[in-house]
Amino acid sequence: MPLTAPSKGMADSSGKRKPCELSLTVNGRQKTLRVFPMERLLDVLRHELGLTGTKEGCGEGECGSCSVIMNGVLVNSCLIPALQAAGADITTIEGIASESQLGTMQAAFLECGGAQCGICTPGMILSACHLLNKKPQPTLDEIREGLSGNLCRCTGYMQIFDAVAEAARRGNRS
Amino acid sequence: MRSNPADYELIAPGKLQAVIQLLTNEPGQWLPIAGGTDVMVQYVAGKLAARKLVSIWNLPELRGIETLPDVIRIGAASTYTELREHAVITREFPLLASAARWTGGIANQNRGTIGGNIVNASPAADSLPALLAYEAELILVSVRGERRVSYLDFHTAYKKMNLAPDELIQTICLERRFSGYLQYSRKVGARNAQAISKICIAALGRLRGGMAHGELGDAIGSEVDDVRIAVGSVAPVPLRLQQVERIVKGKSVGSELIHLARKAAAAAIRPIDDIRSTARYRSAVTANLVAEFLQQLGATAPRRESPYE
Amino acid sequence: MTAEHIIGKSVPRKEGRDKVTGAARYIDDMTLPGMLYGATVRSQIARGVIRKTSFAPHFDWSGFTTVTAKDIPGKNCIALIGDDQPCLADGKVNHPEEPILLLAHADPHLLRKAVDAVTIEYDSLPPIFTLEESERLSEIIWGTDNTFKTFLIAKGDVESVWGKADYIIEGEYTTGAQEQLYIENNGVIAAYDAALGITVWGSLQCPYYVHKALMALCNLPADKVRVVQAETGGAFGGKEDYPSIIAGHAALLSMKSGRPVKIVYDRMEDMTATTKRHPSRTRHRTAVSKDGKILGGEIDFAIDGGAYATLSSVVLSRGTIHAGGPYYWPHIRIRGKAVATNAPPHGAFRGFGAPQSLFAMERHMDRIAQTVGVSPIEIRRRNFLKPGETTTTEQMIREEIDLGKLLDRGLELSGYEKKKARFGRENESGPIKKGMGVATFLHGAGFTGSGERYLASVVGAEGCSDGCVRILVSSTEFGQGTNTVLCQIAAEALDLPYENIRISQPDTSLVPNSGPTVASRTAMVVGSLVRSAAVGIKQTLIASGMLGGSYSPGQFRSACQHYLAQHGELRSFARYDPPAGVFWDDEKYRGEAYAAFAWAVYVAEVAVDLSTFTATVEDFVALQEVGKVLHPVLARGQIAGGVAQGIGFALYEKVVWQNGRMQNGQMTNYIMPTSADLPPIRVFFEEMGNVHGAYGAKGIGELPMDGPAPAILNAIEDALGTSFCSIPLLPEDIFEALSAQDAQEPRVGECL
Repeated sequence: MPLTAPSKGMADSSGKRKPCELSLTVNGRQKTLRVFPMERLLDVLRHELGLTGTKEGCGEGECGSCSVIMNGVLVNSCLIPALQAAGADITTIEGIASESQLGTMQAAFLECGGAQCGICTPGMILSACHLLNKKPQPTLDEIREGLSGNLCRCTGYMQIFDAVAEAARRGNRS
Repeated sequence: MRSNPADYELIAPGKLQAVIQLLTNEPGQWLPIAGGTDVMVQYVAGKLAARKLVSIWNLPELRGIETLPDVIRIGAASTYTELREHAVITREFPLLASAARWTGGIANQNRGTIGGNIVNASPAADSLPALLAYEAELILVSVRGERRVSYLDFHTAYKKMNLAPDELIQTICLERRFSGYLQYSRKVGARNAQAISKICIAALGRLRGGMAHGELGDAIGSEVDDVRIAVGSVAPVPLRLQQVERIVKGKSVGSELIHLARKAAAAAIRPIDDIRSTARYRSAVTANLVAEFLQQLGATAPRRESPYE
Repeated sequence: MTAEHIIGKSVPRKEGRDKVTGAARYIDDMTLPGMLYGATVRSQIARGVIRKTSFAPHFDWSGFTTVTAKDIPGKNCIALIGDDQPCLADGKVNHPEEPILLLAHADPHLLRKAVDAVTIEYDSLPPIFTLEESERLSEIIWGTDNTFKTFLIAKGDVESVWGKADYIIEGEYTTGAQEQLYIENNGVIAAYDAALGITVWGSLQCPYYVHKALMALCNLPADKVRVVQAETGGAFGGKEDYPSIIAGHAALLSMKSGRPVKIVYDRMEDMTATTKRHPSRTRHRTAVSKDGKILGGEIDFAIDGGAYATLSSVVLSRGTIHAGGPYYWPHIRIRGKAVATNAPPHGAFRGFGAPQSLFAMERHMDRIAQTVGVSPIEIRRRNFLKPGETTTTEQMIREEIDLGKLLDRGLELSGYEKKKARFGRENESGPIKKGMGVATFLHGAGFTGSGERYLASVVGAEGCSDGCVRILVSSTEFGQGTNTVLCQIAAEALDLPYENIRISQPDTSLVPNSGPTVASRTAMVVGSLVRSAAVGIKQTLIASGMLGGSYSPGQFRSACQHYLAQHGELRSFARYDPPAGVFWDDEKYRGEAYAAFAWAVYVAEVAVDLSTFTATVEDFVALQEVGKVLHPVLARGQIAGGVAQGIGFALYEKVVWQNGRMQNGQMTNYIMPTSADLPPIRVFFEEMGNVHGAYGAKGIGELPMDGPAPAILNAIEDALGTSFCSIPLLPEDIFEALSAQDAQEPRVGECL
């Protein structure tokens, strides 16, 4: 069976030592890594830290599958160079649920059918949490706008809207 | 991912003076990167020519929006989100606020900057027509100090601009004098969000109070006192439609004037066929939007009771 | 019979928790020790002969594994239906992006540079890029006549109707290519071991298709090839046959290097190199009486298959069979053909030929309505199939479907009449013109005709010592709900809690071949077998005396433990048994084409802004009769998602071609709807049951793809009075048509 250990092989196999020491907080934990300054934050999360919940869908900042929260603000991690994340406070999908309990948004996605194939789901959930942090009781139009940077090919968005509205009703806090 | 991070350098001196010193000492070597929403897309696609980058993302001198009585000073590294959420910009500069709202999705608005939009100089950039309509003034900075440039003179040709290789845009200044104006903007893209514009228009207009007889039925109009019409995606640079403005100024808005304005608009622009749209479509829609703006402008005229009512 | 307690309920998605927590593992989340990355050197031209392959001398090629056609141990083909598609081009290339050479290395960045360091020189041959060019036969690029396949459906005597017709109405309708655009790109990991053989983990729909392809390619017996489906981030048909290619590539690299190899495409490679929906052209010629009854007609349905045959014959089959819509045709001749062009082969995409031919049928019905002078609603009502009547393939409608009533319900739910009246008034002024459009259609579930018999699907169930039952199927989950629905069915059949049912990861070393996950067959056909296999477990335990006729989960667990202690294994298998008295003639293409049809009425409200020529769907009603709704939330999600793709098919998604290559292979330039673009998609069901499906279910996965495009174009015609016959319909197309109209009066019935 394939292992899911994070691959540290990517840079090492090139034989080049990574020049930058980078410290950042990810999901509440302080991390210090050696990176190339132009590594994408997406790759730092996935490969250096083994946090594979953040996905690559397009590599151009269009699909939102790579969305994370950086310093309280939603960003596309495929477009952030590692150096610009120095000292940042990052939340990924792995930081949303506690050990035992799903976050309100995650539970709402499960109940309302907000996740089908699941590949857009981590980014979508972070986007939705970010929206509710700014607008705890959004209108449908505000939900549409807030999620317009996250592409979903499976759901047609309808049940995602239901999930976000449901989480808002329950007072989502993330 | 079509670039190798190992081939690139990125430094973040953290102070404006250090950055401009670097640009002077090593001319043409370092590409400034702010939010990265343009540069990183090129990088990931394997199309970034530069190998050395200098981050200007968190320079305090490039950030912040300062409201003064007559002018608003926008730091070049202000993000679209900061523009959208600023009370004075939303209220007094809605053309810029709506452009910010139309650029990308939330995640890209949180990182994309107004300065980056200007310097990337895509003909399709959404904020640039607004800056043309407001006649922004740019404050550029280098080791030689400050230099002020009217935004009207900034873009000289496709991706060529009035910016020395060792200069950075520090501030965008907008005069706070448009409260009496009709402000009109529209973006036409392939979808409602995350679309590169096919046509993008930002226009301002104000009528003079007057009793001149108009042509539009019973809406007895007054003359156009000031009008600025700017469009993007229809030429190698964002354009002010000065020929249209000349035709319209001092006249009352009526169907004849709108007809002339449409023709002048179509003649003034140089749209192309590209992967997103066609020249003919862009021409026709530009003319339609110019007409729509003028119609709305005409409708701001005070109505005089018709003797026939 | 107890009331159903799990079927019909929206139980939690089986793998849902992992998906919402980011714990679900997709291919690119996985690594193996010592793993290399693989990449593909692809043709830069559409058609020609490879003259020379050069490896840049300045480049350090040490550490690279290289594979060409010469390294293929077995047959250089992707075994599917025909064997015409090579795994790696051997001397000749027939489409842009055709794979020629494979490279592997531990450093993915270096690999990228290596691909650019290979230079291929070609002697070009004249390529063909359109259906029309292919038909003209000025170049023969495939076989003797560029034709992959033809079908003929002939019912009655179509020549007899022309003389009796009050109207003879013609029309030509075209649809473009469409990219599946799953958010997870294609990816696989292959590992070769001299003793064990080849193991492939992949993002895929059909593990046994890949298994069959690898056996032939690698020259390995069945037990030396193992294919495992990983969590798959969307598929829609785009991962039905393509994975056999990427898996073959990874397998070859692994065999040659002795290391595991991962190949994951980036978005541009995935878009430009992999399959798309077949472009189509349908020509109608219909004899109609003055009261709007269809007397008979001819339909010519043609699809562009790209450079190799792959699935084109099956897409053609479904498109041809669906071409007549849900109407009664006393006489009809339908000719279908699939032709070759020098584009990357087109493939499966949700709907699989039916969205193409049904687009034409439903646009043509509105044209018939207009010509005869009745409403689009009335024309359909007068021609709907009724129980006791036969379809174009002479399949008798045996269920008590009342399409007129379904139509009434659709019209009521959408407010059709009131809105039409209001729009008629409002359209008189202002730049916004609104219209209403309807599409009525059917979709056959399961494989066509004798297909299910040929598949001979097998399903297993296994009792475990903890009292759980594990389902063993090769049917895959890729968002549509396979895991959930099959577990529901087993739980219902066994009268056990849903939580007590597990489903095995589809792994060809562990599960039998329950057939591919395509054709909307999973709930209906495989579900039925799951039910049988589950019942088999229960019966085995009862027959052994270890379980009573009714039992608690605790008692069930004890019985399993007893049985396993005695026998070591508790398994039950069910094999597909074709229903008796069901007849299909493959030669004449006549008979019972599908075990079940689902029926639908879709209504679109569209607004066209004449200042920008942009058409926007403002409201959408999707009403369908689907047998039995097994899981309301999943079912609604399937329909909404399919409608969204249908809206994209109609108004947004254009593949820009140049010399056979997709030019807009990025998400920035290939436009799918965002959350800000879609109308409320209001989904409603009717349930009539289905004797062949598990708990009465029919297939629903592909149905929603058929209706949106024609409903939308019908609405646009209602709004503007202008007829459009081609999709995707972009604002630029609407502008050109209206400009041309302003310039001259078009003839009645002319299509723009």
